[in-house]
Amino acid sequence: MDRKPGFLLTGVALLVYVFLLTPMAIVAATAFSDTQFLAFPPQGLTVRWFANVFAVSAFLDSFWISAQLAVGGTLLSLLVGIPAAYALSRFRVPMPRALRTFFVLPILVPEVVFGFSALSAINQTFQIPVFPTLLIAHTIIVLPYSVRVVSASLANFDFSAEEAAISLGAGRLEAFFRIVLPNVRSGVIAAFILAFITSLNNVPVSLFLTGPGISTLPIQMLSYVEYFFDPTIAAVSVLLMIMTIGVMVVVERTLGLSYFAK
Amino acid sequence: MNRWLPLALLLPAGVMIVVVLLVPVGRTMGLTVVDQSPWWSGYVATLSDPFTQGVLWRTLRIAALSTLIAAIIGFPTAYVIARSPPRRRSLFIILAVFPLLTNPVVRAFAWMVILGRNGFLNDTLVGIGLLDAPARMMFTEGAVVVGFVYLFSPLMILSLVGVLEGIDRDLLDAATSLGASQAAVFRRVVLPLAVPGLIVGSVLVFTGSFTAYTTPQLLGGDRNTVLATLLYQKAMVQLDWVGASTIAVVMVAMTIAVILVMNAVARRLNPTVG
Repeated sequence: MDRKPGFLLTGVALLVYVFLLTPMAIVAATAFSDTQFLAFPPQGLTVRWFANVFAVSAFLDSFWISAQLAVGGTLLSLLVGIPAAYALSRFRVPMPRALRTFFVLPILVPEVVFGFSALSAINQTFQIPVFPTLLIAHTIIVLPYSVRVVSASLANFDFSAEEAAISLGAGRLEAFFRIVLPNVRSGVIAAFILAFITSLNNVPVSLFLTGPGISTLPIQMLSYVEYFFDPTIAAVSVLLMIMTIGVMVVVERTLGLSYFAK
Repeated sequence: MNRWLPLALLLPAGVMIVVVLLVPVGRTMGLTVVDQSPWWSGYVATLSDPFTQGVLWRTLRIAALSTLIAAIIGFPTAYVIARSPPRRRSLFIILAVFPLLTNPVVRAFAWMVILGRNGFLNDTLVGIGLLDAPARMMFTEGAVVVGFVYLFSPLMILSLVGVLEGIDRDLLDAATSLGASQAAVFRRVVLPLAVPGLIVGSVLVFTGSFTAYTTPQLLGGDRNTVLATLLYQKAMVQLDWVGASTIAVVMVAMTIAVILVMNAVARRLNPTVG
């Protein structure tokens, strides 16, 4: 098609981007406002709200919990997810399509339904402390990312290199760790980072499973904005946006951001 | 090769999904029918309650409207991205992915700042004289729809970019040289070929809006309860576990139904869709 999109279409696209980006810019600007309430345009210029984030222990504590859950849940999901991804890509398994769907089930089940069901099962059947429960639940919600992204990476790997290593005398395990894994390293890093941000952003599952004294950062933010409306939460938002940018840089270097448009 | 090796590798993740996800969700489903006689009486009780019916319809209405708007604004945007030179295309995609990876509490909070009584939009509209007094924008269905369109339209855009890029330019040239108008090319060539992306995007936006908790909680408030917030209230405030389980089953059933219906629609619009 030699015709470029016309002015009208381009205009609509730009407006959509204004819609997508302005809210974040407004939040970022209000974080620097020298007022007790959220003001846009910001009045004055201060970084005291950022200092306040680090002074409120609830934010620090919940961030620490969130970070532990995100790293721990992601590592656990890779621990079981990489072998599954390898099996799905390397061997001819029965019912491959059904199996692949099975491993993305945690995305297909509505998160509030999973959160509620996990709580209800734990409350009435087992007595498991809050943190391990959260950790297992977060492992489940990020597992599909581990399996899918690593599978996508393995799909581009030529397994004859592994065969060669084995025929030259390497054990299966040695061949996997020395030949296969190094070749899909970028896929594993991308899976890690996508799983990490998914866990860190989760609200619906944590909502049901957090308990006395143990809260995650998004849950803490959720209860904070329902009672307070000052720029502290905007400052937290800015810090999280900076982290998102970091995540995007890593994804771009490993998986390529075009992964999201396919 | 040991024939049990694939099974052994699949087993840990598989067991985890069964034990942690499927058993508890299955148990939730069981909770709605045991101790009830006849077994469906719990559903009758929950679904005949006018309040719950109102919530169900509101949730469907909000999700359908959000999906429609996301498709309407997403299509031209994706079209422009798909026709952009590579560097600009990458920039567009980065800017669409950025909100997608940002914390949903942050994204809903942004709209609280904009739509509040003394928020940015009211201030601006009153300032330029379009409004005499601040209008009520927060805690309305409209606010929830705006929040959802904001939250999920990147998913629609990204789903559409993929398929629109795959459309062979020669096909469009052929249609034009055979005398089709711009509008006819769009309606009879571009649109049918974009159906798979449109369906994927719609399923993502609809199921996302249908089951989201954070956005309706923060932007809709107590007056605009949706299924997800109702489920939470029943479970955590009223401690009505059977009622909450019933809502959970309704959510799962509706999600599956929507996916099936949309796939059926896709097959009718474009017979090559699998």
